[in-house]
Amino acid sequence: MIPLSLETVSYAGAIGLVVIGGLGLVICNHLFRMLLALAMAESGANLLLVLTGFRDGAIAPIIGYGPAGAPLVDPLPQVLVLTAIVIGVGVQALAVAVLVRVYRSYGTLDMRELRRRMEGEIAAAAGIAAPGSAQAPLGQRPLPPVPDYELVRRSAPVRERGA
Amino acid sequence: MPMRDIASLVFSAGLLFLLLVIGAELALGHPDMRVGAEYLRVAGPELGAANIVTAILAGYRGFDTLGELSILFAAATAASLVLGHRRADARRDPPGGLVLSAGADLLFPLLLVVGIFIVVHGHLTPGGGFQGGVILAAAFFVALLANPARTLNHALLGWIEGLAGAAFILIGLWALVEDGHFLTPLLPLGTMGELVSAGTLPLLSVAIGLKVGAELAGLLAHLADTEAPDR
Repeated sequence: MIPLSLETVSYAGAIGLVVIGGLGLVICNHLFRMLLALAMAESGANLLLVLTGFRDGAIAPIIGYGPAGAPLVDPLPQVLVLTAIVIGVGVQALAVAVLVRVYRSYGTLDMRELRRRMEGEIAAAAGIAAPGSAQAPLGQRPLPPVPDYELVRRSAPVRERGA
Repeated sequence: MPMRDIASLVFSAGLLFLLLVIGAELALGHPDMRVGAEYLRVAGPELGAANIVTAILAGYRGFDTLGELSILFAAATAASLVLGHRRADARRDPPGGLVLSAGADLLFPLLLVVGIFIVVHGHLTPGGGFQGGVILAAAFFVALLANPARTLNHALLGWIEGLAGAAFILIGLWALVEDGHFLTPLLPLGTMGELVSAGTLPLLSVAIGLKVGAELAGLLAHLADTEAPDR
């Protein structure tokens, strides 16, 4: 039986964070929630890495911080995690920027809705029926009706391409 | 239940099992330190920095840190490229009100002092360029959150960032000329535990702090400066 101590609890917490983050990443349909899940999995992985440097009864790796001769924890995982955190910040900032852009263009962050709108837009540009629509077979189709959001967008002042 | 959810659950259960097996195999509490033990043994006498994490980050893995800085720079550049410019007549979010702006004004000097302290004491106490830089960026960003109409001087931030990055590389090149190795710590070590000690490590720490602070402040300001939705 594994003894219940601070390190086993934090170990289980780190594993739990990674698993919850991974699960959220594959199960969520909302892009922002996926980003949050990614951040969660990342912090779990960082915690896991830092914990590998843990030593029983050791103190922070700073000379002269504790009593002389006290064991110090492994500093290498901490340095690597510092790198990982900074890179994680960069990735998240870029992802948020892309999300802002997507929301501005499509008005939603739900993946299913986003796919529907994108496919509708592609079909409208190509002059064919949107995929999955119950319209006449190829060759006999009328032009698809312009989707509602497209009408709304066209009635709004042009801001993306005109400026 | 759709197939996709079942597959996700199976995947997560597999991941959990894998991590648990790794956790059971790992010698928790008494790790097999090889590189780490060597760092702990030699870092103090060789670099004269009390904080071994900073000593490794800026002293032994300085080139790695330079790569890290360039990744952050690439991410900030890409983010501002994706976001683009805001229209001059675009709506802004309303100001946050008295409590938020008074709190932001109160926090600004405190955050600034804490950030600068953490940056310049990077070789002595927990922290360093990255951590202090983030706090410095937060000092400027909190004010921006409280009042979105405020703007940061992006040209000045760009200059600070560029000069700090150039200083980091110049210190590395100086070491290359002096010692034959890029980013080797130079200058006398001094007494361990004093503010002016550990050779060039504090200088590198300050350069990292300024670069990260300016970069992150610019990035956050850019994100906060995007147009509010029209509705």
